[in-house]
Amino acid sequence: MEIVYVYTKKRSEFGRQCNFSDRPAELHVDILPDISLAANFTVRDPCNVTVQCAEEMSEHEVNTERFESESRGINHVEGGWPKDLNPEDMEVTIRYRKKVEKDEHYQNTIMQIAGLMEHCCKQNNATDIYQEFFEEEDDEVVEESEEQPSAKTINVFRDPNEVKRTATSLCWHPDGNHKLAVAYSSLEFQRAPNDMSFDSYIWDIENPNKPEMTLKPVSPLVCLEYNPKDSHILVGGSYNGQIAYWDTRKGSQPAEMSTIEHSHRDPVYKVIWLQSKTGTDIFSASTDGQVLWWDIRKMSEPFERLVLDPSKKGNLDNALGAVSLEFETTMPTKFMVGTEQGLVVSCNRKAKTPAEKIVCTYSGHHGPIYALQRNPFFPKNFLTVADWTARIWSEDIKESSIMWTKYHMAHLLDGCWSPVRPSVFFTVKMDGTLDVWDILFKQNDPTLSLKVCDEALCSIRVQDNGRFLGCGSQLGTTTLLEVSAGLCTLQKNEKAMVSEMFERETKREKILEARHREMRLKERSRSEQSREDEGKEADGEESTEELVARAEREFFDIMEAEKKKEKINKVYFVYTHDALCSSVIGEEAFELA
Amino acid sequence: MAEVEETIKRIQSQKGVQGIIIVNAEGIPIKSTLDNSSTVQYAGNVHQLLLKARGMVRDIDPQNDLTFLRVRSKKNEIMIAPDKDYFLIVIQNPTE
Repeated sequence: MEIVYVYTKKRSEFGRQCNFSDRPAELHVDILPDISLAANFTVRDPCNVTVQCAEEMSEHEVNTERFESESRGINHVEGGWPKDLNPEDMEVTIRYRKKVEKDEHYQNTIMQIAGLMEHCCKQNNATDIYQEFFEEEDDEVVEESEEQPSAKTINVFRDPNEVKRTATSLCWHPDGNHKLAVAYSSLEFQRAPNDMSFDSYIWDIENPNKPEMTLKPVSPLVCLEYNPKDSHILVGGSYNGQIAYWDTRKGSQPAEMSTIEHSHRDPVYKVIWLQSKTGTDIFSASTDGQVLWWDIRKMSEPFERLVLDPSKKGNLDNALGAVSLEFETTMPTKFMVGTEQGLVVSCNRKAKTPAEKIVCTYSGHHGPIYALQRNPFFPKNFLTVADWTARIWSEDIKESSIMWTKYHMAHLLDGCWSPVRPSVFFTVKMDGTLDVWDILFKQNDPTLSLKVCDEALCSIRVQDNGRFLGCGSQLGTTTLLEVSAGLCTLQKNEKAMVSEMFERETKREKILEARHREMRLKERSRSEQSREDEGKEADGEESTEELVARAEREFFDIMEAEKKKEKINKVYFVYTHDALCSSVIGEEAFELA
Repeated sequence: MAEVEETIKRIQSQKGVQGIIIVNAEGIPIKSTLDNSSTVQYAGNVHQLLLKARGMVRDIDPQNDLTFLRVRSKKNEIMIAPDKDYFLIVIQNPTE
């Protein structure tokens, strides 16, 4: 229903001023109620209306821009001589001094404080007030073994660029541990914005405001390592597959870079310095399936190459992409590679043919192996961090790991052993938590779990003293944490207990492996027999479609069973919760099931 | 005047005392038994340390005040007795 009011005005009267006058009210439209419409509405009784009598306030947040401040100090050396006195002039200063000495106030003051001073001097001579008592008992009694394991953040280093990149790799400075080199890059495929900076930084841990030094590579660095023998040299593997090395004394530009033709075809995920007489050998791994050995003095081409082909034919197309490398200086002929496919490949450097280089593989992970490290105290056991678990393996057992953590809710992205305690290792997850595991204390859960930041933590490195660790996040924030003393001091019998634990688990796995082998043999002999007997049943392998259908069926069956179980549980709950209710409710609930 | 000299000599004769310096409120060393460069160094540094220490004590409790400051280092002990206008520094090698 449209309500329209029409009036007319003569053209000659346009633009005239308005003459206001009073007139009685006129009824233009009268809309009577239509009772039939009332049928469309129901009376709502009661009506709930919320009213609040409070001041209306609005919330605002303000944060100033980061203010960069530098600390500077001035040190006065020569005291505050009066203006007209020249401190260099000996006579004048001596005269001034003599004048002060004659002052009575001076004499009184000195007498007073000299008395106090004499007392302390004599005290010093009488006994040594800082003597260490109970020195021998220190080791046994005063151990803070009751202390709860904890870790606290000491410093946070943020990526100074506008566009934040992931801190993909960290490396502590080999001497003194006051510097941390962090490699920044964006590992998301083709999602790096155009104006992303390629720089990586070396931070001084005391100064989180500004990096101590910038490294400017041609392409963002994915991994970075200090030379353990020469702390001025760093080598970095970049996103475009090249390797570059820097000398911090020479500046931010790389001292030398590998040639593109001979470098990797994919980002270089790990570079490790080798133990060699010249101290200039490195090897690098990348997801293009190659492991290359370089001498940094001659970066034009690698001096050795290995293709990670599990069929041992050196075929690059079959090759497994490498995501992590492991090398222990105590075992210079062996090294291990963690692949994208979830296999750990153990290799021998000294093998004559490439086919012999790959010694064996360890399978058990479902996703790329982000971290691979041998236990510094028990090199036969190594830790792998991949998909949702961290696993500990023994070199002898190839079918499965000897110990593993439960499946977590978030992916584990990096991990490492503690260099001072054989039973402690650290892992970081995609939800930004850092877990500290102590396998002697608890195997099912981490001993300490800390939420470091809201974004994923992509890398972690522990300093050589085991006390400080740095972890890098997806937005380029590197956090420096200090772990409590209990987690970085070697406990009594720790080595013996850990070695016992590893041996026990290894033995268990060996027994299981033997059992599996036996069972498989039996199965095989049985199936062969049945084939001979019946001859018809094409037992063989089910086709993939059949397998899929069978898997689906099994899945839905399990779902149904679970649903039923849940309903029965609900019934139980109703029953027990309301003990006073009559059996009627109970029956009703039963009907639901 | 003579008493001051005597007192200083007495402290100097204590076992292990390596040097005494008297500094005024402006940081000018008035009397010293050490050479000029060490004196100037001690005077400047101790002055700043005293200001900080006194400031800290009074910050925590405004009614409190600094009476004495001992800095024990690996090689020796530096004792500082502060006052409103002057302070006395004694460097001693305590007997172990």
